[in-house]
Amino acid sequence: MNQVLNVLLYIQIILCFFCLYRIIKGPTIADRMVGIDIFGILVVGICAIIAMITERSFIIDIGIAWIILSFIGTLTLAKYLGGRKLNE
Amino acid sequence: MNSIILQIASRYLKVLLWSFAVLALLRGHNYPGGGFIGGLLASLSVVFTSLSYSPQKIKNNLRIQPEHYIAFGLLFVLLSVLPGLSGEKFLMEGEWISLYLPLVLTIKLGSPLLFDTGIFFGVIGVVTHFFFTLSTKE
Repeated sequence: MNQVLNVLLYIQIILCFFCLYRIIKGPTIADRMVGIDIFGILVVGICAIIAMITERSFIIDIGIAWIILSFIGTLTLAKYLGGRKLNE
Repeated sequence: MNSIILQIASRYLKVLLWSFAVLALLRGHNYPGGGFIGGLLASLSVVFTSLSYSPQKIKNNLRIQPEHYIAFGLLFVLLSVLPGLSGEKFLMEGEWISLYLPLVLTIKLGSPLLFDTGIFFGVIGVVTHFFFTLSTKE
């Protein structure tokens, strides 16, 4: 069981580097923001796996806080791409 | 942006964010969390509500201004220094009280918690002040 979790952890860390490539290289702002969003989801997965390996529950809370922040980032992006100002 | 789904959802997510912030504040001494992170999570609820309506409208309807939050937090920080003066302790030294509830639960209250509460209100004030200044026009 622990071996499987380790393999999953390494897969997610490698996928994080692909996301970083898209964030740095991305031609438009939308590409970058989608990359950051997927990066956040991967980090939440990493937090869950580390919580399962080390059996400490407070790491889950870091994931919860991260996903709330990621949601608000996506919301702001949607407002920006809709062509509106923040004050409307 | 007038999305009804977002406006209704913000009403319930506000309760969730505040309870999570208070949870992060209360167990900050032994686990990740604390005053700063709790304050950031609590001010996120204000940001979320004003993104779903409009920042100007929310700013005009605030009951407590952000500057008053900062002053309230600094008052708490000042109060947390004083318990160290009693007895033979030094200024700013921690003072702990254990509350034994009838059940198994034991709550430890101390002046570090008071300090964390001060940081909590201070961070709420600073972050909402930043947000309203950046997003509304004078």
